[in-house]
Amino acid sequence: MNHRPITEDDLHAYVDRVLEPERQAEVAAYLGDHPDVAKRVAAFTDQRDLLRAALAPIAEEPLPPDLNLSRIIEQRARRPSVVRWAIAAMLLLSVGGLSGWAIRGELQPSPEGLVALAREATASYNVYAPDHVRPVEVRASDAAQLVEWISGRLHRPMKVPDLANSGYRPMGGRLVATEHGPAAMFMYDDDRGSRIVVLTRPMSSADQNAPMTPQSHGDLGGFAWADDGLGYSLVGHAAPESLRPVANEIRKQARSI
Amino acid sequence: MKDMLVQVEPLIPALRRYARSLVRNRANADDLVQDCLERAVRRWHQRRDGEVRPWLFAILHNLAVDQFRQSAARGRHIPIDETNEDNFGEVAGQEQKLMYRDVLNKLARLPEDQRAVLLLVAVEDLSYADAAKVLNIPVGTVMSRLSRARERLQQEIAGSADGAATNVVPLRSAK
Repeated sequence: MNHRPITEDDLHAYVDRVLEPERQAEVAAYLGDHPDVAKRVAAFTDQRDLLRAALAPIAEEPLPPDLNLSRIIEQRARRPSVVRWAIAAMLLLSVGGLSGWAIRGELQPSPEGLVALAREATASYNVYAPDHVRPVEVRASDAAQLVEWISGRLHRPMKVPDLANSGYRPMGGRLVATEHGPAAMFMYDDDRGSRIVVLTRPMSSADQNAPMTPQSHGDLGGFAWADDGLGYSLVGHAAPESLRPVANEIRKQARSI
Repeated sequence: MKDMLVQVEPLIPALRRYARSLVRNRANADDLVQDCLERAVRRWHQRRDGEVRPWLFAILHNLAVDQFRQSAARGRHIPIDETNEDNFGEVAGQEQKLMYRDVLNKLARLPEDQRAVLLLVAVEDLSYADAAKVLNIPVGTVMSRLSRARERLQQEIAGSADGAATNVVPLRSAK
């Protein structure tokens, strides 16, 4: 049999026990014939064991509260929006002091991102709300599955807004394609069978936060806004103002996730 | 974020161990790990597919290097001599405790780049390829640093055993 020559790398891999069994055996045989090298390798092995033993207790220590990952995730969900609003407010104040730009900006936010979002929500409404066969892909009875799916695709914890107080029952939802990537669509109906749709997706960096703005497209109306990077558009067969309480409810619930 | 919790939480003890071996000071090390976790939460969705472990160690390592650089630029040293003595108390006898402290002191004297490789490979069980990713160096460089780290640490261990210097515990491995 033709043996490949033993290399320094082999010796280290032998110490770290990462060689293929066959090679491990070859190195072991080599060490049997070369006591000086074997001594060195044994010393490295002892050294490795000693280091591991000396450092092991650190990994056994109970984690301090600051390293509680659930809490870090929770804080992350809350803190940034406050920071971003604060920055936005500071910018508005500082620019406002210089000119009237900020005031105009505030009254007429340039909601290019929101307009696109509302357009996408309207398209989803037009396609899915009239559908009698399969308006939603995952029914509300499988809400957990729906939530897991869309949370995975939107890379953040999502919740199906509970609109019972506004008289809307969840029908379910689906993932829809938009020009800006995947979005979650939730559909609801009320006792009269009127359907509303909530579309939500991550916003581009320019529109991480945007105030609630009425939107209308023909007979359809609703609101769009963005909170902490996530955009929402509520669409129904109604005048926007009539849906404002529903929009407020959705925003309130989303902020408490 | 649930998948993140499931995948990252079990690795926190190892991250602490690596951080502590890099900076020695418990509070500083835990601050590093906290920064690392916060950054990981922010970037979780940007993570390319692949193993979580090297990804996390890379974040932690880069934060540690930034900190080294900053403190070097300010001409201030991170205190490294807060020993882990307390932690050994429960698990080790006096003699072992001294031996552990001794090897950690010697480890601390290795050049930073060699120490990082040795820790990632020999203690944290990262593959050579993953260690290369974490440190952003070729695998060949990982191997040469590993070799130098082991030789050097061995010299220190053997040297102190021969020299019978003060405050030194003879090591089994030195003979």
